[in-house]
Amino acid sequence: MTPSASLKSTEPRLKVEGLKTYFFLDHGILKAVDGVDFHVGEAESVGIIGESGCGKSITAQSMLQLVRGRGQIVAGHAVLRRKQGEMVDILSLDPDSAEMRSVRGDDASIIFQEPMTSFSPVHTIGFQIGEMLRLHTKLSEAQIRERVIAMLGRVGISNPEVRIDEYPHQLSGGMRQRAMIAMALICHPQIVIADEPTTALDVTIQAQILDLMRDLQDELGMSIVYITHNMAVVAENVSRVYVMYLGRVVETTTTERLFKDPKHPYTQKLLRSIPHPGRPVERLEVIEGSVPSAVDPPRRCGFFTRCPSAMAGVCDAAIPALTKVDDEHWARCFLLSDEKEAEDEWSSL
Amino acid sequence: MSGQASDDNAILRVEQVSKQFVSRSGIGARNAPVIRAVDNVSLHINAGETLAVVGESGSGKSTLGRSIVRAIDPSQGAVQLKLDTGEWVDLARLSERQLRQLRRHFHMIFQDPYSSLDPRMTVFDIIAEPLIYNERVSRAEARRRVIEVLELVGLGERHLNHYPHAFSGGQRQRIGIARSLICKPRLIVCDEAVSALDVSVQAQILNLLKDLQQRFGLAFMFIAHDIAVVEFIAHRIAVMYVGRMVELGETRAIIDRPLHPYTEALLSSVPMTDPTRERSGKRLSGEIASPINPPSGCHFHPRCPYATERCKAEIPQWRELEPGRFVACHFAAELRLAGMIQSHTPHHELHK
Repeated sequence: MTPSASLKSTEPRLKVEGLKTYFFLDHGILKAVDGVDFHVGEAESVGIIGESGCGKSITAQSMLQLVRGRGQIVAGHAVLRRKQGEMVDILSLDPDSAEMRSVRGDDASIIFQEPMTSFSPVHTIGFQIGEMLRLHTKLSEAQIRERVIAMLGRVGISNPEVRIDEYPHQLSGGMRQRAMIAMALICHPQIVIADEPTTALDVTIQAQILDLMRDLQDELGMSIVYITHNMAVVAENVSRVYVMYLGRVVETTTTERLFKDPKHPYTQKLLRSIPHPGRPVERLEVIEGSVPSAVDPPRRCGFFTRCPSAMAGVCDAAIPALTKVDDEHWARCFLLSDEKEAEDEWSSL
Repeated sequence: MSGQASDDNAILRVEQVSKQFVSRSGIGARNAPVIRAVDNVSLHINAGETLAVVGESGSGKSTLGRSIVRAIDPSQGAVQLKLDTGEWVDLARLSERQLRQLRRHFHMIFQDPYSSLDPRMTVFDIIAEPLIYNERVSRAEARRRVIEVLELVGLGERHLNHYPHAFSGGQRQRIGIARSLICKPRLIVCDEAVSALDVSVQAQILNLLKDLQQRFGLAFMFIAHDIAVVEFIAHRIAVMYVGRMVELGETRAIIDRPLHPYTEALLSSVPMTDPTRERSGKRLSGEIASPINPPSGCHFHPRCPYATERCKAEIPQWRELEPGRFVACHFAAELRLAGMIQSHTPHHELHK
């Protein structure tokens, strides 16, 4: 049974199955996302956690069909329940179609890590935030201005009636990130994908921004997918976690269980390799080596090269399937189950 | 030996160092705004000790580090370094030529392992450069010494002729550390040295820095914003705010029982890796003040929940409230501030 099959009675806001996003490079195929399943419920927050190169950001971009260049979503479904209740498979839409554009920003929006590069430097923040309303509503310019000022105030920007006419470079990093959140939320989307929303910020500002997102979530009832490498951000803000490694989800469960009883050797090692505030140790445990390349990966467990419990002839002979190991707890490891991942047309590529 | 508050064992004494910049828009102009990036900072670091310097961006911590290694020239104050001979020199007063002869005693490691190594130099050239420059050793001797430090940082002879692009971020940071060790310095200033690394690689580098310190009695000035990392590596912590030092003391004391309201606020902002823990209600509002036009009196007063009229008017004195425990707050002796909230989850569940 897969995680998405265990849903409670309510239908999820977004349900992703079998997502594969590959980059067709000169020297091979980079399997950035190689079969990812996840779902997020109504007004729920989930976290996708992993190190650089695990595919978490490409997963986020795939959700809104923002993958460009040599990247291509080769397989998968992402079924979103839209504002009016109709179901749409985002991945079946043409990325440039009117329908896809109506999803982006209105039903689902994304908050990027670096607000400096996500805003255009030559337009005021007010114009750029208002652009969303111009696209998705029939409001007049005066109404749009009013809504933008209200939203800027809501995300904690002081003097919003003045700041609305400022350019991104006139704002501090924390203020730009607030403006970015205002832009993502201005159309009251049902789901927000936050890709490292606080990584570039100081801890004090990070705490303010995360508080703000929780308040807005309580108020507006949106679902949030946090994409991050920061264990503590996950621990404090989400109810369930997906741990990614080399393009796949290797473990998923509730946040409490993940920290209390991690099952996958990667998650176990990862939790012991970070310093936990308030719980100092003499030495940190180390995961030897670094994340291997995802270009033409061999068909074996992605963690095989670094795993202390790797079994030759088993873990390097097939890819373990994501299987249920406990209540609400799934992991992808041959130590826990013999089940192998089924091959498909992309496996041999 | 390390971690002691007294300075008998000091190898670095920073005395009332300040650094002012003239705002770029004001160069040549009259009344150009002056930015006091570092304002009258004093501290010492003992041999074999790690002193962390923490604060938000704009606090002046990097400028302080750069002033110490003379990457920039401090405007006022003294940077006393103890040499192998036991003799003290004031780095702030040395000429470029004198400085060049002493550069091997201290070194700086930077945050970004991707931009801090010259992509056209091999690993050998990168690491040997300071050695050949400082000690005029033969090529064969240089080769022997380079291999020695490469092995210390977990790399080896096989990497000698590779270029930086062939290495991962963690390996590049090891190369940077090897370069800093080659001349057997006494002091290394690490400016956000692990911030750009992946979490699993961060652990490798942090352990390595600890090992090297124990082996060679190195002193580290560890500039960082991640309190969890600082708690792991530092013996003492110095907290900066808008160019001024606001608190300094032993790591456990600072974290468990802060004396300055800014430290308290900083600690309450640290996200915890324990999902069962109640979130701290205390939040610092607003943003760090601009050093161009900082608030009067105590720079922190506009954000401080305990501020009074006195804080707006009067700059708090930098004083030693308890042995080894310095603070700049009028009310440090009266306030009862909260330390970092301890976790409910027992220690052994995550770390055995």
